[in-house]
Amino acid sequence: MTTRLHTIVAMVENRPGVLNKIASKWRQRGFNIESLTVGPSETAGLSRMTFTVDGAAHDIEQVTKQLYKIIEVVKISDITAEAAVARELALIKVSASKENRSAIVEIVDIFRANIIDVGTDSMVVEVTGTEDKVDAIVAMLKPYGLKELVRTGRVAMVRGSAATVSAPTENGAYHRYRSAGEGKAKVGTLI
Amino acid sequence: MTKINGAEIILESLRREGVEVVFGYPGGANLPLYDALKKYPDIRHILVRHEQSAAHAADAYARVTGKAGVCWATSGPGATNLVTGIANAWMDSVPLVCITGAVVSWLLGRDGFQESDITGITIPITKHNVLVLNVEDIAPAIAEAFHIATTGRPGPVLIDIPRDLQQQVAEFEYPEKIELAGYQPTTQGHPQQIKKAAQLIAEAEKPLILAGHGVVIARAAEELREVAEKTDIPVITTLLGIGGFPGSHELNMGMPGMHGMYWNNMAIQDADLLIAIGMRFDDRVTGALKDFAPHAKVVHIDIDPAEISKNVKAAVPIVGDVKNVLQQLIPQLKPAKHTAWRRWIADVRAKHPSITIPETDKLIPQYVIKKIYELSGPDAWYATGVGQHQMWAAQYFWGDHPYSFVTSGGLGTMGFEVPAAIGVQVARPHDTVWSFCGDGGFQMTLQELALCTEYELPVKFAIINNNYLGMVRQWQDLYYGGNKESVRMFQPDFVKLAESMGITGVRVSDKALVASTIEAALQHPGAVVIDFQVEDIENCYPMMPPGASLSDTIDQPKVQEPEFAR
Repeated sequence: MTTRLHTIVAMVENRPGVLNKIASKWRQRGFNIESLTVGPSETAGLSRMTFTVDGAAHDIEQVTKQLYKIIEVVKISDITAEAAVARELALIKVSASKENRSAIVEIVDIFRANIIDVGTDSMVVEVTGTEDKVDAIVAMLKPYGLKELVRTGRVAMVRGSAATVSAPTENGAYHRYRSAGEGKAKVGTLI
Repeated sequence: MTKINGAEIILESLRREGVEVVFGYPGGANLPLYDALKKYPDIRHILVRHEQSAAHAADAYARVTGKAGVCWATSGPGATNLVTGIANAWMDSVPLVCITGAVVSWLLGRDGFQESDITGITIPITKHNVLVLNVEDIAPAIAEAFHIATTGRPGPVLIDIPRDLQQQVAEFEYPEKIELAGYQPTTQGHPQQIKKAAQLIAEAEKPLILAGHGVVIARAAEELREVAEKTDIPVITTLLGIGGFPGSHELNMGMPGMHGMYWNNMAIQDADLLIAIGMRFDDRVTGALKDFAPHAKVVHIDIDPAEISKNVKAAVPIVGDVKNVLQQLIPQLKPAKHTAWRRWIADVRAKHPSITIPETDKLIPQYVIKKIYELSGPDAWYATGVGQHQMWAAQYFWGDHPYSFVTSGGLGTMGFEVPAAIGVQVARPHDTVWSFCGDGGFQMTLQELALCTEYELPVKFAIINNNYLGMVRQWQDLYYGGNKESVRMFQPDFVKLAESMGITGVRVSDKALVASTIEAALQHPGAVVIDFQVEDIENCYPMMPPGASLSDTIDQPKVQEPEFAR
């Protein structure tokens, strides 16, 4: 069966345990999540997740349906086939001596990346783009010595005015019950 | 408004939900709940002997009443003991609300005494679960739990409540209405899809209805009968669909699958249309998927969109509540007769009768089960365990009492029979309730017999005692060269054991005494344990070999088991 990398976007309640529930569904079917990003969405109380998962369309559809059954998953959508923009951000700490610093700067310029920190023997490069672009700059910088690499994983949005995933809201916010998820929780990290 | 404590909020919430019975067990983390219990005399508490049984009894109670079953336990081992029962309810889509006490909130995550991360543990086996962290959230969490457990595709919901929250006070405010953006089950079928289904049904020459648990859960037996009669389509009921269609109806074909009726398996392989109603094409029904129903289009009616095309591709999926969808479908159906098709099935049936009991003076298990059905009247209820006796109980159930067959299907939980029968009897105190027990499964939960004495529950336990873990033994004989390993065990004296629990015990090993013993048990006002000492080597047929297709079903073995089988 042919597999491909799928991009799945979900709106989920910002509550303890939600990430665990979602990860559990992927795990049960034996999927490996390639990348996952989570952060606040345009709606207070809801977080937006972007997954990339490699798999056959039928299997991914099955898990997506299962994920939608999680009560805290307000909306979920596989946008792989849709016209969308996708980006990833990476921070790359690369060894840089007085001698090769300008060569590195040149590479950074070509990729329209930024240098956001410089030390005596290293610098930190910030790059945004598709995974391919990030792969390319990483490959270019590797010969100088990669000290650290962190990548956010893909975030994605459907082009045009249509919403990628939308959730019903009240005055731009999403409420479950009064106190939940509003900072009163004593334990657990929010998703 | 006066404030009440968290424990009282729990009980007040249960009262609002119309809960009459809770199966539970006390411990450190739910003591406030027990302390408050006397203020709520309308909520009956049944003290089980092991928390697993609380979940199973609540599960069976839910199946019989159609309401959510409620069980609770303390933290740590109390909560983890519930896990098998929760998984059982999960696999069979049973509405269950489980309330566990958790360690005090400041000890959460610090390995406090009797702490278990029960919300973490039960994620894959609950429809929803939540760790409540504020006393004000208890009532809404319970309201949500009942809403989620009982609507859509039902399932278990677990609420974990730290002990200190049960002691804190708050104003009691119960939500009037639950609205969850992330949970809006589709209950009505799409009219376009209904139309397409009606069209396929009208065109089909060899149609079959496969009725599953969804028919029972949706209480749609009447609608199903109407559909079947109007279109003259034979109805096959899955293990959990039993009781969703009258057993004595001329269109009732019985069970399909691994130990189903031979004629059903052949009919499925020959059919040109399968109308799957509230069933999920379990592997025990389909056999090898690649060979399943090669000529059939599939109309799949289910409330859970994730079931559509999960195992078998649906030509016409209809997502919705079975009862609603059938009501929508009925006016669009054209009356039909499928005389030739039904004759075809009847011919297969005549050649391969599947469930004939051999003429013998020996006491064989099928005979016992059949006699119990014959003698118990039309209104009896039945709970089973798992294994050979369960399959025989399913094969020989041809009764009309709707929703009266309670069994562990998806999870296949041995030991279900004892607490499940207790749950049924609690729900139906004045009716006859039989528990078909395996001698293995009975020993997993027999501690609950004490409840029959304590709460005056007149359950009739029929131990189909072949002194083997029969189904495992059957597989060992058929597929492991007769290597009967770890299937025979020391048995207690079940009669004395029953008596020690304050219950009448009888042992029957003579075929001639079966009927009179059953009749005496039915007359007896209290619980009875009957130890039916049946033939030890009796295999369950028909049988579709594991991994094979429905076409490979063996109706009856041509030769007797080889001698090594003894």
